Amino acid sequence: MLNRREKTCTLVALALVIGLLALANSFLNQYYLRLINVMGINIILVVSLNFTNGLTGVFSLGHPGFMAVGAYTAALLTIPLRQKAFILPDLPAWLAQAHASFPVALLAAGTVAAICAFLIGYPVLRLRGHYLALATLGFLVIVQVVVTNVSQITRGARGINGLPPETNIWWVYGITIALIYLSWRLVHSAYGRGMMAIRGDDLAAEALGVNLVKHRMLAFTLGAFFAGVGGALWGHLITVVSPNAFSFAQAFILVVMSVIGGMGSITGSIIGAVVMTLIPEALRGLEVGTTIAGFHIPPLYGLSQVIYSVALIIVLAVRPQGIVGLREFSMRRWLKN
Amino acid sequence: MQRKGFERVSGTYLLQQLINGISLGSIYALVAIGYTMVYGILRLINFAHGDILMVGAYSALGLAMSLHLPFWAVLAGSMLIAALTGVLVERAAFRPVRGAPEEVTMITSLAVSIFLENLGTMVLSPQPRKFLVPDYLLVIHNWGGLTFNNMTILIVVLAVGLMLALTLFVTRTNLGIAMRASSENLQAAQLMGININRIVATAFIIGSGLAAVAGVMLGGQYGRIDPLMGFVPGLKAFVAAVIGGIGNIAGAAVGGYVLGLAEVLLVGLLPPSLSGFRDAFVFIFLILMLLIRPVGILGSVERGRA
Repeated sequence: MLNRREKTCTLVALALVIGLLALANSFLNQYYLRLINVMGINIILVVSLNFTNGLTGVFSLGHPGFMAVGAYTAALLTIPLRQKAFILPDLPAWLAQAHASFPVALLAAGTVAAICAFLIGYPVLRLRGHYLALATLGFLVIVQVVVTNVSQITRGARGINGLPPETNIWWVYGITIALIYLSWRLVHSAYGRGMMAIRGDDLAAEALGVNLVKHRMLAFTLGAFFAGVGGALWGHLITVVSPNAFSFAQAFILVVMSVIGGMGSITGSIIGAVVMTLIPEALRGLEVGTTIAGFHIPPLYGLSQVIYSVALIIVLAVRPQGIVGLREFSMRRWLKN
Repeated sequence: MQRKGFERVSGTYLLQQLINGISLGSIYALVAIGYTMVYGILRLINFAHGDILMVGAYSALGLAMSLHLPFWAVLAGSMLIAALTGVLVERAAFRPVRGAPEEVTMITSLAVSIFLENLGTMVLSPQPRKFLVPDYLLVIHNWGGLTFNNMTILIVVLAVGLMLALTLFVTRTNLGIAMRASSENLQAAQLMGININRIVATAFIIGSGLAAVAGVMLGGQYGRIDPLMGFVPGLKAFVAAVIGGIGNIAGAAVGGYVLGLAEVLLVGLLPPSLSGFRDAFVFIFLILMLLIRPVGILGSVERGRA
């Protein structure tokens, strides 16, 4: 636990962050605000992915599946009833009448995603290593196929557009800070210790009385809850939800962020999400074609993905533990120096 | 693989689906063998294997358009280019992480997969391209209501022929026997003086060559190719390898045919409104298989790691 001085420092840091966000919110233009929001959502997604992939050593590729579940759930709740009747005339009556405010929709998004995780986790979490990764990938494919084909609810491949633009910097970073706090408390709790013991050696952990299924399930459903919330925030930021936003490529991007920052560390997850949001954004000009110093560079579609993948291959070969490894930012160490 | 609307399930219809299933299964089997050989030796799920299939298809297109070679030469050339790509990928990306935890090697292969797909998109444009095969391959036969073209015959004959050749290779040659030994126990094989790098390179050459054949066949059947064409067949072929018993070459072939037949028959017998769910069925099948018999049809229990 924190001592008094550390508590004060934490509160000061928090106030500073809130102050900076308020400044950003009132002075930055739409482009930068959006970038900051995307960054926050990525932090939510990577920190929540860290519950399974980092802390528990359960390598899941299904995160975008939970994002999709959350995003569609929230979208169906927040779109005004009259608009919903127009774009989705074939909805079942109870869904057509359902409406909720944004916070309730976020909560519902997380809850439905967590329920999905609980249902598929029950059979799938008994698998290990590769097989688990493959089964969660299978879940992602199944979600995509279902979303694309149940068009009376999801409008199929066209996606649902015209979501109210409810996502703002306060929602995004409020949830981000809450999630980081929860994550930090979890790491220092008996549950978190159990999870990390499973990551280290699941047989040894089980022999010492750690209930594997229970701990894995907790990590999986908790991660899915925030993936659902993150998906809903994302949908209400860009005001469109469509199946190809929640693809395998998205799973890959999240894994890259997590590995580059340092899989298993909350600090690493945050750093990875920030770095790998900003670098490809800075290089995005190249993807649409630009002119630098008189040279015309033709549009290079897919460049950011190429950069993601090369960066990852190099990091894995040279520094597989990522930028910070398993270490965490520590107020105590920082105050001593 | 042309599927007519949902008709009355007659004997002919069923036989037709059987032919389609065997043709699709041949393609899955060819790709699955590459997965299983590499997994057997390195315990690496090579997600990039499906994209080698794409490399093979594009090499064939390039060779056919630029050099106007006959079809068999195009096929051989594309196998060669794909094999080179496979060896290169192994050397550049997989060797540096050999021996690392399985998550690390798996993420590396994901990265290679995304790299190949997007490099393809960047260099070759994301638009699909026409993929033409010689006219004699498109001649359609009609045997009492069953229709199939020479392409279908070629796929099945080629797949079975290559698999027989591979069987001879792994049972009759020193290199092949060394490969099976490495797959059984890498450390022991190394202690017996087997050069692991050579074995791994051989596995990548054979696997990539077979994937290239599958790529050319897929391109010939659909008439068009695109940079992302390898991803879904690659995943399904991996599912086939798991179903057959990963690490086991005969298992990969069996798994390929089981999956191809199951997929085609399921889609053929279900009402058309459900045919969009095709890929979901494949993965539900996989999850069920992993839960009921995680070592696969021909896998041995000691190798099972689930």
